[in-house]
Amino acid sequence: MSHILLRHRDIPDLHKMAVYKKNGGFVAFKNAVTKMKPNEVTDVVKNSGLRGRGGAGFPTGMKWSFIDNKGWPHYVVANADESEPGTFKDREIMENNPLQFLEGLAISSYAVGAAVAYIYLRGESWQVAALLDEKIAEMEEAGYLGENLFGNDYSLKIHTHLGAGAYICGEETALLESLEGRRGQPRVRPPFPPSVGLYGKPTIINNVETFTNVPMIMANGADWYKRMGTADSTGVKIFSLSGRVRKPGNYELPFGTTFRQLIYEHGGGILDGRPVKAIMPAGASSSLIVVDDKVLDTPMDYASVRTLGSELGSASVIVIDDTVSVAWIINKTVHFFKHESCGKCTPCREGTYWMQNITKRIRSGEGTEDDVDLLLNVAKQMQGKCLCALGEFSTMAVVTGIERFPQDFKKAVKV
Amino acid sequence: MSLVKKHPKEVKQILSKYPPEHKRSAVMPLLYLAQRGEGFVNKAAMQEIAQILEITETEVASIVGFYTLYHDEKAGKYRMQVCTDLPCALRGADEFLQNLCGNLGIKVGETTADGLVTLEAVTCLAGCDKAPVFQTQGPDGIKYHENMTVDKTLELIEALKEVKE
Ligand SMILES: Cc1cc2nc3c(=O)[nH]c(=O)nc-3n(C[C@H](O)[C@H](O)[C@H](O)COP(=O)(O)O)c2cc1C
Ligand code: SF4
Ligand code: FES
Repeated sequence: MSHILLRHRDIPDLHKMAVYKKNGGFVAFKNAVTKMKPNEVTDVVKNSGLRGRGGAGFPTGMKWSFIDNKGWPHYVVANADESEPGTFKDREIMENNPLQFLEGLAISSYAVGAAVAYIYLRGESWQVAALLDEKIAEMEEAGYLGENLFGNDYSLKIHTHLGAGAYICGEETALLESLEGRRGQPRVRPPFPPSVGLYGKPTIINNVETFTNVPMIMANGADWYKRMGTADSTGVKIFSLSGRVRKPGNYELPFGTTFRQLIYEHGGGILDGRPVKAIMPAGASSSLIVVDDKVLDTPMDYASVRTLGSELGSASVIVIDDTVSVAWIINKTVHFFKHESCGKCTPCREGTYWMQNITKRIRSGEGTEDDVDLLLNVAKQMQGKCLCALGEFSTMAVVTGIERFPQDFKKAVKV
Repeated sequence: MSLVKKHPKEVKQILSKYPPEHKRSAVMPLLYLAQRGEGFVNKAAMQEIAQILEITETEVASIVGFYTLYHDEKAGKYRMQVCTDLPCALRGADEFLQNLCGNLGIKVGETTADGLVTLEAVTCLAGCDKAPVFQTQGPDGIKYHENMTVDKTLELIEALKEVKE
């Protein structure tokens, strides 16, 4: 099957304006602005069943329809912070198929009445931002950005903005704080960004991959899109496959593809032919899944992965084989969250600090059985008490690791 | 020299991205600009940025302190930032970093004797399928280096020695 998002893999030089246009580029945007009302665009996206690709899977069209039409101006922000360990899909899109992403951002901006859109990139993506700036300039020159587009009264500007190395800025309200020139610490919600967002104005925030779907949905229709994937999770998803597989990488597949197909057909199986022991389907934030045949044959969609006691999230599938100890894994994930905690609330700030100390002890074989109990206790104490999801994320692998892989904590613990 | 004097066009262009009443948004791009030459933001630059944006110097310093890509101290000309997060570690990133330390004769966090390279361990760089991976943060911006080996890295360091500004 040809790609819908990673189309550059089928069409060489798709990042070039002439090539992108020759392959249908900007027809959907022009069509939207000249022939459709903004809410009609939103309706098509709603009917397509598109859900946000940044992790939470929130229905995109529904989010757009929440934009507050009493407050103006409206803003659209593309979340290109991509910092979850195991996620590397947005970067491939922006580097190779930037115009489709930008067209999606433009169509979305039209749909919610925004005249200015920002792309918030992680600071490490310095080169990607430079490329996007170049593409934005080309779009201005070609009449796809600027004043009175296509002779209509719709105008749009797009700006890039670089973060500076903080995972928490991927959380949408922390991102807004950062974009406003403050430290990236989450806001209390509600109010949600569609009512009070950037500069206190109604704002729609979506992930890069979410936007990149939009031109294809507008060009081919909601029904075309819905025919792919499952009833609950329509369309295609980019799965970032990493860890102990032979061929790690991005794989664009319909929702409902099984773990087995992803790991064995696409990923070439496990290094040294070892068995799969655990899967983390949503990067470092995942609950660990104990793998057996039934799990491998589970379709990857939001609802099915939930039945395994985990979440699909941004579909960053980290594969772990039987050579790896779960005690080591949770030390790695906790180290990450301790480093990235923004420090705003006590349970997360203190909890990640203690979890780091204890997991380090356990991992190096100096832990006692009391340490494992203490660790589980600290993690559970944190749950439900943190201001944003990062605190919660930090406990997922810890709790499920200890509860689902008890044998790994006996080996590591000195008695 | 002041930022405005040194990079007048860039400062203007950066400020034009944000509504004038919210020009404080420009603090992050301006800090990158200030960091470009020396690899860290000095006190004078923080003062100037505070002045341009009409915020306090303490506020600017707190931004520098919060984000890991801003530095307030001089390090090697290039910061070599190796990812050792879970997906990369599952593909040998820790061993790679250790071997590199051994070859360079420095520990993580230290700088080579010639002042060229500071070696650091960092969190995920969104290149997990191409481990070992690191970025170099230097006068020419931030660059990715993927599917690296110790030998390739040593070659890269030799090449960096030749770079003149
Ligand atoms: C700690 C944390 C980190 C996040 N990081 C990202 C990220 O890097 N990219 C992203 O698109 N969404 C990220 N999200 C989700 C965003 O808050 C938000 O839900 C998303 O950008 C909405 O876009 P979508 O509906 O298109 O998914 C993160 C959330 C949390 C709590
Ligand atoms: S849960 Fe952690 S990251 Fe989120 S606001 Fe609290 S301290 Fe910050
Ligand atoms: S874990 Fe190293 S780049 Fe993602």
